[in-house]
Amino acid sequence: MTRLNPFHLLLGAAVLLILLFLILPLLVIVPMSFSSTRFLTFPPPSLSLRWYESYLESAAWMQSTKVSLTVAVSSALCATVLGTAAAYALSHMTGRLGRMAEALLLLPLVTPIVIVAVGVFFVYARLGLLATWLGLVLANIMLGIPFVLTAVSAGFRQFDHAQEMVARSLGMNRLRAFFIVTLPQIRPSVVTGALFAFISALDETVVALFVSGGSNQPLTKRMFTALRDEIDPTIASISSLLTVASMMLLLTVWLSARKAGGKP
Amino acid sequence: MATNVTQTSTSSPRGRGQEQMMLFLLLAPALLVVVGLLLVPLLWLAWQSVWDNGFTFENYRRLYTEPLYGRSFLLTFRLSVEVTVTTLLLGYPVAYAATVLPRWLSLGVLALVVVPFWTSVLVRSYGWLVLLQRTGVVNKLLMGMGLIDTPLSLANNEIGVLIGMIHILLPFMVLPLYAAMQKIPRDLLLAGASLGGRPATVFARVFLPLSMPGVAAGTVLVFVLCLGFYITPELLGGGRTLMVSMLISRNIELYNQWGAASAISVVLLVAVMLILAVGRLAVPLKSVAGAK
Repeated sequence: MTRLNPFHLLLGAAVLLILLFLILPLLVIVPMSFSSTRFLTFPPPSLSLRWYESYLESAAWMQSTKVSLTVAVSSALCATVLGTAAAYALSHMTGRLGRMAEALLLLPLVTPIVIVAVGVFFVYARLGLLATWLGLVLANIMLGIPFVLTAVSAGFRQFDHAQEMVARSLGMNRLRAFFIVTLPQIRPSVVTGALFAFISALDETVVALFVSGGSNQPLTKRMFTALRDEIDPTIASISSLLTVASMMLLLTVWLSARKAGGKP
Repeated sequence: MATNVTQTSTSSPRGRGQEQMMLFLLLAPALLVVVGLLLVPLLWLAWQSVWDNGFTFENYRRLYTEPLYGRSFLLTFRLSVEVTVTTLLLGYPVAYAATVLPRWLSLGVLALVVVPFWTSVLVRSYGWLVLLQRTGVVNKLLMGMGLIDTPLSLANNEIGVLIGMIHILLPFMVLPLYAAMQKIPRDLLLAGASLGGRPATVFARVFLPLSMPGVAAGTVLVFVLCLGFYITPELLGGGRTLMVSMLISRNIELYNQWGAASAISVVLLVAVMLILAVGRLAVPLKSVAGAK
């Protein structure tokens, strides 16, 4: 559109620097994870796999990893089902009631997380859910619903409900019509919502700090405590693995959106 | 046409009643989880903040009589303004570049914004600890270049918190900005240029005003998120940068002061909701989630 001029070069340089700032912390983590010393020396004096070994051989870290993964998978699945059902209902509702229900379901997203954590702690203390696996799952379902709701609602806006009506007028019942006609068309947004709920559950820290304990501590709680008290380089190896995992999930989201012919 | 079909199928009163019932049943489970785990506890917090064996405003009175609380609110507000302004200044050129660059380059820019966005906040805070500590990469680099003689203290203080928060919130600024800029029709810029406007004039008179919805969305979003920040100030602040959210958790974990914690929570929540309500004139709530 325009020719290259000094201003564009300046702008380009500034943007490159800002982008460098954005990925800088990710760039130091991977080399750190292969360091041979226990100090935060960068670049590492020599390379070794000792921090990956220390992670894989630690019963506590392994237990936390198991908790994190099972909680994230279970809560993402539940949040996807509940969020998709709610998005379906909301896509048929136009009145004030629908808008109020939607605002309520988005509330977890805008409430400062510490306040959410204090509230959940209070409820769990009454119900005896503190330090339980189920408690973590329930909290992450609540936090995941807004992600699923937004993603799937966007999918429904592209979908013409008349198609489902046609299927029903041809003799399918509502449930069958949904699974055979509607779901295949909104599937990419359901997958996106599910993955976002999964990543958000995997990364959730503050609620876990308040309500988890004993053998039901997720990775994030253990990492937070380890970072605050004394920095253990094992965290570098865990961080590297987590970063690779989230990049792969993002790639999945992107491919799923591309397959649907939508924007990346 | 779509509405015609829908209407005919639900025109009988009984059909419509069934339809309403089914929609409600589909909404109910999600509503139950959010009401039970969030709305009820929030109402309880509000109640707790004014009830201590009787109706009292003591918890709120303490908020402005005890200097610690006032200082913490002031610090949180100041950091939020600093972070919001900085992310706007850094985010605008990045979003602009992503809009005007050729597609493959713009995808690259967006990927570099989105990847850190979806990387664990703990992982990124750890990265910044490695970078910013006294013997960290940044200090070594600056000393190597002969710019400083003694290492700067960049972590375990307010500067560390500021850098970490800017890093974590920058994508929340870039994404709404990019979404708004994408909607600006290229024809308008060409028209501006064809009418004799120099690039700078076209930018200032056409592009900048049209990008304002994105500026509003990003600003509201980043500011609100700043007010409730917790993990980063805990890890990069060295325990001295006491933001409001940390005040809440300390009151419960260390002192078991539920009344004080409730009152602070209510003030924080009201501030967030007020800003969102004002911002909603420009920003629908959904774009908050849409950004993620």
